[in-house]
This record gives sequence, C-alpha cells and structure tokens, in this order.
Amino acid sequence: MAKELRLMKGNEAIAEAAIRAGADGYFGYPITPQSEVLEYLMAQKPYERTGMVVLQAESEVAAINMVYGGAACGKKVMTSSSSPGISLKQEGISYMAGAELPCLILNVVRGGPGLGTIQPSQSDYNQSVKGGGHGDYKLVVLAPASVQEMYDFVEKGFALSFKYRTPCLVLADGIIGQMMEKVELSDEKPRWTQEEVIKNSPWATTGKTANRERNIITSLNLESSVQEEHNIHLQKKYKKMEEDVMCEELNCDDAEYLFVAFGSASRICQKAMDVARAKGIKVGLVRPITLSPFPNKILRKYADKVKGMLSVEMNAGQMVEDIRLATQFRTKVEHFGRMGGIIPTPSEVVQALEQKIIGG
Amino acid sequence: MAELTFDQIAKEENLVYKKTSLLTDKAMSYCPGCGHGTAHRILMEVIDEMGYQDKTIGVAPVGCSVLAYEFMNIDVQQAAHGRAPALATAIKRLNPNHFVFTYQGDGDLAAIGTAETIHSINRGENFLIVFINNGIYGMTGGQMAPTTLPNMKASTCPYGRDTSIMGNPLKITELIATLPGAYYVTRQSVHTPAAVRKAKKALKNAFDYQLNRKLGTCFVEIVSNCNSGWKMTPVQANKWMEENMFPFYPLGDIKVPQ
Ligand SMILES: Cc1ncc(C[n+]2csc(CCOP(=O)(O)OP(=O)(O)O)c2C)c(N)n1
Ligand code: SF4
Repeated sequence: MAKELRLMKGNEAIAEAAIRAGADGYFGYPITPQSEVLEYLMAQKPYERTGMVVLQAESEVAAINMVYGGAACGKKVMTSSSSPGISLKQEGISYMAGAELPCLILNVVRGGPGLGTIQPSQSDYNQSVKGGGHGDYKLVVLAPASVQEMYDFVEKGFALSFKYRTPCLVLADGIIGQMMEKVELSDEKPRWTQEEVIKNSPWATTGKTANRERNIITSLNLESSVQEEHNIHLQKKYKKMEEDVMCEELNCDDAEYLFVAFGSASRICQKAMDVARAKGIKVGLVRPITLSPFPNKILRKYADKVKGMLSVEMNAGQMVEDIRLATQFRTKVEHFGRMGGIIPTPSEVVQALEQKIIGG
Repeated sequence: MAELTFDQIAKEENLVYKKTSLLTDKAMSYCPGCGHGTAHRILMEVIDEMGYQDKTIGVAPVGCSVLAYEFMNIDVQQAAHGRAPALATAIKRLNPNHFVFTYQGDGDLAAIGTAETIHSINRGENFLIVFINNGIYGMTGGQMAPTTLPNMKASTCPYGRDTSIMGNPLKITELIATLPGAYYVTRQSVHTPAAVRKAKKALKNAFDYQLNRKLGTCFVEIVSNCNSGWKMTPVQANKWMEENMFPFYPLGDIKVPQ
C-alpha cells in the first residue's frame, strides 16, 4: 500500500496521531503555542470518526483531572498545554503518578518564568525529568526532534505509559509544535472495546462485577509503612524503565568532541556538526530521545573516549547537570544555550564548542 | 423473664433491617453522630436496590470522606481536593452507560473546586453530585468553610465569622440551580428518620434521571452536622443545625424537572 504522506504542523501531527492510535479522550485548554492540538481535533470531529471524546475544559487543572478520571477507567486519554498550563497541571500529574495511572501529556514549551514569552524554549527540562509536582516520582519523558516524531510518540508514549502505569510526557517546544514537515501517517486503529479495556487494565474502575473485588484508584496511604512500601514499589518501577532508554548517536565513532542536545536544539546541532566537520573538527551528536529514563550508560561510554562535551540547550543549562552526573566528571562538560525564546544559530554553537571545549 | 440468647433472636422472621452488601464491614472512620455515615448508607442502599453495583463509578473527595472508598463496595476513584467533578466529567463521557456520582464536602465543592463544580454543571454533565454541607472543614480540624454561617465560630474565625472581614457564606446550591445544565437540585438532611427517608428518595430520583438519559446534572445537597468541628455533642449539634443551619440553608427542592 502506498504510504500516506502529509505536510503538517507538529501540533496537528500529534492530534492526528491520537485519533489514529485509537485514543479515547483528549481534554485541553487553549494556550500558545499549542492551541492547534485542540483546534485540529475539534475540526476533525473524532467523536464521529472513532468515537473519541474531545473536550475544552475550563482550565488546565480541570483538564488534567479529567485525564485522571478517564485514565482510571483504563482509557487512553491525553492532554496538551504549554509551560504555564503545565505548571497548573502538576498537582494532577503527581496524583496520577501516585495512583499509577497511564496517560499522555504534551508540553509545547515556551520561555519562562511566569507568563514569559510565547517563543520556543527548553526551560521546562528540570520540571519534566525531576518530577515536577510534589513527591518522589518520575515520568516517562520523550523529546521529539521532528514533526514525524510528534506523530510517532503518541503510540510509543501510550505504550510506555501503560507498560509502566505512569504518565508519559512528550516534551516538545514551540519550534516542533509550530513547524511544518512531511509526516508519514499510520493506519487508523480502532479504539479498545470495553472487553479489551478490562483485559488490558484489570485494575481500572469499570464497575464492580460479582467476579472481582472492587477497584479503587487512589494515591492516599495514611499509614506511613504502607506509603513507604508504595514508594519502594514506584522506585523499582522507575529503575526498570531504564530498559526503554532511547538515544540517537550521530557521527560518534570517530568523534573527539560531542554535542549533547534534545529536541529542536539537536536539529541545530546537526547543522553545527556539519559546519564544524567542514572545518576539520571531529564532533558527534548524542541526542537523548528519552529524557527520563536518561541515557546515562551511553554518555558514560563516551566519557572516556572524547575530549569534551557541549550540552546545547535552549535554557540556562539544565540537562548539563545530568550529563555531568552521567559522565562522572571524566570529561569536560560545558553548556551553551540561549534563553527567552531565542533560537541559537549553528555558527554560535560551533563558536561555543571552539571557545568552551576545544580552546577552554 | 428468661433472657433470650443471640441465636433465639437472630432469625429470619425477626429481621427488620439489614446492612446493604454495598457497605463494607470496615469500621467507619467518622466521628460518632456524624452525618457522613448515614449519607454513605443511603447512597449505597439506593445503588443496591436499583441493582447498579456493576455499573456505578463513584468519586471520593478530599475531606473527611476521602476514605469513602473504604466503606463503599463499588469501584471508586479518589480525586484531588476539589476536582471530583472533572474526574466525573471524563468518567461519564467515556462510559455513558455507567452511573457516576461525586461525593464532596463544602470546602471541596464550594471553595477549592468552585470552578469545576460550576463548569461541569453548566455543561450539563450527566452525573450526580452529593454535596455534604456541614459549614466547616472537618478533616483539617474545623477551619472556616465557604458555607460557615455569619458569626459562627471555627478555628480560623475563633471569634465568629465576621462577614465584613471574611466575606459571606456562599449559597452554592442556589447559585448552581440557576445554570441551564442543572436538572435536579434539592437540599436534604439526614438528622432524623423522616429526613433520611426523604434524602434517600432524592438520591433515588437522581439515579433514575441519570438512567440512559442526557438530562443534565443532578445535585443533592445534604445539610449535615460536624459535631467535632462545631465542638458539640451529636444531640446538641443536630439541634444547633435545625436552629441555625436550616434557616440559612432551607431544606427542600430548589429545581425540579418540569
Ligand atoms: C490542594 C489541597 N489543599 C488543601 C488540602 C487540605 N484539606 C484537606 S480536607 C480540607 C477541607 C475539607 O473540608 P470539606 O470539603 O468541607 O469536607 P469535610 O472534611 O468537612 O467533610 C482541606 C483544606 C488538601 N488536601 N489539598
Ligand atoms: S470531623 Fe466532622 S465531618 Fe469529619 S467525621 Fe467528624 S463529625 Fe464528621
């Protein structure tokens, strides 16, 4: 069968992917630069196409709690927002992590703090990978670097979040959300039947039948010993997530230096890598695709091989700390970044490599 | 007169009342005399009598009834403080043939969750909200609630609620009754056997309206006591409720289907 190709914005691609992946529900609230997700869904009438529920909530707080309600019924549900809205969702995300509920959350990051700017940024890295809300928890965090990955990470994200019963966050930014690229679409999958929901998620609140105990979805354990047991269980789960690390390594075999970058910044680094190699600098690129779990082992592997790494981020230097931990200070690791919605240019990146790593 | 043994009494023909199997055997965590327990009982009795156990999904709040799922033998989700109607919105939309209810206190429903309450009802979400109004934050130790009466004492208004400083009590039930999405709005109590019967009838109506129909939100307020928070005995609390709460929150139907 011929491939179905379409030119789409990242925000549209994730919405189309949701319908085609058989998502049951989307609950969102408008905020730039991700409002196209809800707009696209509403225009598509997925409630007619697949029976998917789409609802504009009264706030991000309501939206994430709708996601909680749907997820606790074993349904494939999702939400999307941008930085200020994601901050509002944090209580709900923490509850979902505690109650072990799967879902997909998209953050199309804009610069902050506060209302900040509507221009692209990666300044929500720490919030995404270190928990974000209260309590000891981790999410699965996927960082798309193309519109195709925005599309692909819906199915991937749902699969991982159901595998680990923890929310999956797709950490994009204003560039990925807004830019248009060619996307290869997959076939439309039917939504799970209620029988499949019960089979896939026997823990879900689907109505207590005579053949099972009642199902309770809660994050509350008043007894400290029970809560600690639950914490230990969660931590084991987060450890196990490491088997699903995803990372792209480009031109690393002969590399003397490495760029480490995720999402949009990795695209800029690809160009910077070409510019640097043309100048005779042997530089490679490591692109973490899962930011949580973080590709510690892969970075550790290169720590003894290269003369230095430059973490290129559209923020003040957040992932750089994780790279330093992963490489255990065995190689020089510096950060280069722009903030406030400014997108670094490839030549700026090469210059930073020369000054901070090669010359420094 | 010879004393009867337990076995002589516990006979089928002597049975006048039986605990519904939809209440678990777990000892309730509520203070003796608190209305929460009675409200739980009649809610579960209604679901049992209607045969809806396998079709019902409940949502518990944050408040004294946070552990409602320990006592209700049905599938329950525990929500973040104030967000129960958002959960219920998604539950019902994704499971239109199920019966869905939230069970919320006044702090949960009328303070932190006001937006979720108003917007879910305004959208006409087809579920039931059971609203326990005891005029105080029971769980956290008796602080002022949005429904605390003028001059009523609470731990955060120890000299009584001064409305010029602390604002006015919120009659959320009258407010939501004005919304087009509200289908059935009634205010009940559970402090006497007669009141319990009426409240149970109201809950039954609400479940009946929800049955396979998209009529709108049903809202059953139960004005209840918090003898611990009010610092009274259960008997005093019921008397105080009749004399002070009912004049401000009059019992009866507020919006009934035409
Ligand atoms: C976000 C958040 N804020 C505050 C609390 C603390 N808290 C727990 S219950 C409660 C008030 C409960 O009062 P109400 O809803 O009236 O229920 P009651 O206990 O009286 O039945 C508060 C403030 C919380 N759990 N979560
Ligand atoms: S504190 Fe008040 S509301 Fe809570 S259980 Fe005791 S009497 Fe009931």
